Amino acid sequence: MALSIISIFRRHGRQYIKDLRKAAIPEGFRGRPVISADISPEEEKIAVTVCPAGAICTGPFTLDLGKCEFCIECSFATAGKIRFTNDHRMATNLRESLFIKTGIDNPICTDPELTRKEIHSYFRHALKLRQVSAGGDNSAEMELNAAGNVNFDMGRYGIEFVASPRHADGIVITGPVNANMAEALQICYEAVPSPKIVILAGTAAISGGIFKDSPVVDRKFVENITPDLYVPGNPPHPLTFINGILDLIRKK
Amino acid sequence: MFTLPELIFATSLTMFKVNPFIVPLDDIPVLDYPEFRDKVNDLMADEGCHCVTYHAVPLGAALRFFCCIASDHEKKLILLSHEQKASPLPVLDSLTLSHISFHMFEREIREQYGVEFTGHPWMKPVRSHNLDGGCIMQDTGMSPPSSRILHPYSFYSIEGEGVHEVGVGPIHAGIIEPGYFRFSCNGEKVLHLEIQLGFQHRGIEKLFVEKQSGIQRAILAESIAGDTAVGHSVAHAQLMETLSGITPSPALQCERIIALELERIAVHIGDSAALCTDIAYQFGQVVNEALRTIVINTTQSWCGNRFGKGLVRTGGSHYPLIEGIAGMLLSNLKEVEERYALITHEMFTNPSVLSRFEGIGKVSAHQAGMIGAVGMASRSSGVKRDIRWSHPFQAFSKYSYEPVTLHQGDVWARAMLRKLEVEKSMQIIRDLLGGCEFENRHVPVYDFSLPASSFILSLAEGWRGEIMQSAVTGEKGNIIHYKVKDPSFHNWMALAVAVRNQEISDFPLCNKSYNLSYCGFDL
Repeated sequence: MALSIISIFRRHGRQYIKDLRKAAIPEGFRGRPVISADISPEEEKIAVTVCPAGAICTGPFTLDLGKCEFCIECSFATAGKIRFTNDHRMATNLRESLFIKTGIDNPICTDPELTRKEIHSYFRHALKLRQVSAGGDNSAEMELNAAGNVNFDMGRYGIEFVASPRHADGIVITGPVNANMAEALQICYEAVPSPKIVILAGTAAISGGIFKDSPVVDRKFVENITPDLYVPGNPPHPLTFINGILDLIRKK
Repeated sequence: MFTLPELIFATSLTMFKVNPFIVPLDDIPVLDYPEFRDKVNDLMADEGCHCVTYHAVPLGAALRFFCCIASDHEKKLILLSHEQKASPLPVLDSLTLSHISFHMFEREIREQYGVEFTGHPWMKPVRSHNLDGGCIMQDTGMSPPSSRILHPYSFYSIEGEGVHEVGVGPIHAGIIEPGYFRFSCNGEKVLHLEIQLGFQHRGIEKLFVEKQSGIQRAILAESIAGDTAVGHSVAHAQLMETLSGITPSPALQCERIIALELERIAVHIGDSAALCTDIAYQFGQVVNEALRTIVINTTQSWCGNRFGKGLVRTGGSHYPLIEGIAGMLLSNLKEVEERYALITHEMFTNPSVLSRFEGIGKVSAHQAGMIGAVGMASRSSGVKRDIRWSHPFQAFSKYSYEPVTLHQGDVWARAMLRKLEVEKSMQIIRDLLGGCEFENRHVPVYDFSLPASSFILSLAEGWRGEIMQSAVTGEKGNIIHYKVKDPSFHNWMALAVAVRNQEISDFPLCNKSYNLSYCGFDL
């Protein structure tokens, strides 16, 4: 038995990603989009029509990553004039930073000027989070789980999910926030001691996504708070999430 | 007592041998309720039959009820229908008294349309938390009678010396979806577990009708349960294709099944890890976790998303399984297969693992049959039920698949079933890759012309089990009703039965051994 355990370990090898700050996801991953400067008005119109999430609008032409379902149908419909790069760094503390404009190919990042001072001073070495799924489809939840697994191991930065809101420094919300979870979410938020942060993880949490028009979605909670971090994706990749948090708590 | 073919012949029931099937509404015989009930009773008397769906559709001033019963061994789908005036609200004799598996269907119909079922022994909410003016009745556009206020939820309670209740939820102590669990315990022993769901309700069935574009519907299908994005997408794609008369190419069919089996492999291995977590066997946990990562990253290399979102589309695909990807798929699978074989051998020969798996959370074949369990929940309890075998879809129609069935019905059986199914799925992928020409392809189709006034039903076997999606079109060929059934619709009851007379500390393990969907149930 001991021998077989050794052979399993040998093939298991070293699993953790050594430098999460520099880690890249291979080409093909649907990450931060870039809109080509030579996109024609016709192509813009096609992109607006084809987008299932209402994430694209004209005047000026803008793709809102907070609404984007990352289906990249707009990319196929415009022959790549809208191109989704493999850049996974998409988290930001400024909602407007998620508006992608024509010809812009800059990384999306957090603005330390906008971050509340206590976030840096309290949480930069340890951040405990309580996750609340409010109508989430379990893919974002699984990616948040994966952020703590043997590959991503975000525990190395002192970032962890905890069982009780009383032990937490903030909450991470997934899902469009539906009516049947509105009360539980409010209670959970209030149970977290101050100072506390709120992270919206995934398109559904940021804007309601494809569910935003559903009569059983109730986004009052989100409208009444100021989120500290927006993490786009359907679902958000663990690297998007971890790097987003590190930028939020460590950048000065 | 008739045999099934005789019964069908004698009564001219609507019977189908294909999956999905489509039928004009006018061709479905409308039975009286007593006749309908007798037919259901006759069919369900055969243990090889189970009810795939029983739901109501408002058509004009009437409520039309559709009940589809699958004969697993005879590989047929039988459609029965009855009709009631929508107002005053119909009162019907409950079928649950003779077939427990109908309890959830009748509860759902009551919640959605206000139909009363007399004699129903367990009439509780399904997803609504406040029927009086609450969301579900609004979904249907019908006004709720004031007498049907079901808030707050009335839990079954047991009283007596030493009996106490433990409530957990809706938010749980992990990164997991919400649901409320109420245990009645005597000391450490669970006497009864009642599960209240509906916290994740997003009104998805109604959105399928409201969202007009094919892309929007495809995204909705992926979001029914994000961990089963491929399974639900396949069921949806084949529904839309059958409805609009598109036949997917053999290559496309193969690709879909490869994606489906890849999803099964990833989740089964992930669950193997989670089962190890719950028994504090960290070695098994980390090794399996790493293997799951390889599988979902393989899916990502194929289509850019670790869960296969965007991969399955109607009429075509954006992500052809070109040679380079097929090669990567095969070599990654080989690596995972070898390492998974090593770690599962280690797991299933480790006495401390076995002592936590064996005999825990037992559900008998009789119980699984009664509650209408599907998929893994049925096969691990000795009930042979697998759509890939009984009602083959896509590439399975030319591939003879023999399901894995284990009779033990405990956590061990559910863990072992995963191991055996992973092996089977690897073989399916290799066979399909070897036997299919992956040519240059069709792009997806999103504009359909749909036949008017038709009923369609589509089944697929996702990793949890049988996925049912069904639609009805109106006179203008638009979709006027969409129905989704995730395997969890039945299987949550299996979990409640599994923990009876177990230690309450065994609940997490039993729960993980089923790994049921909250959002798939809540819709």
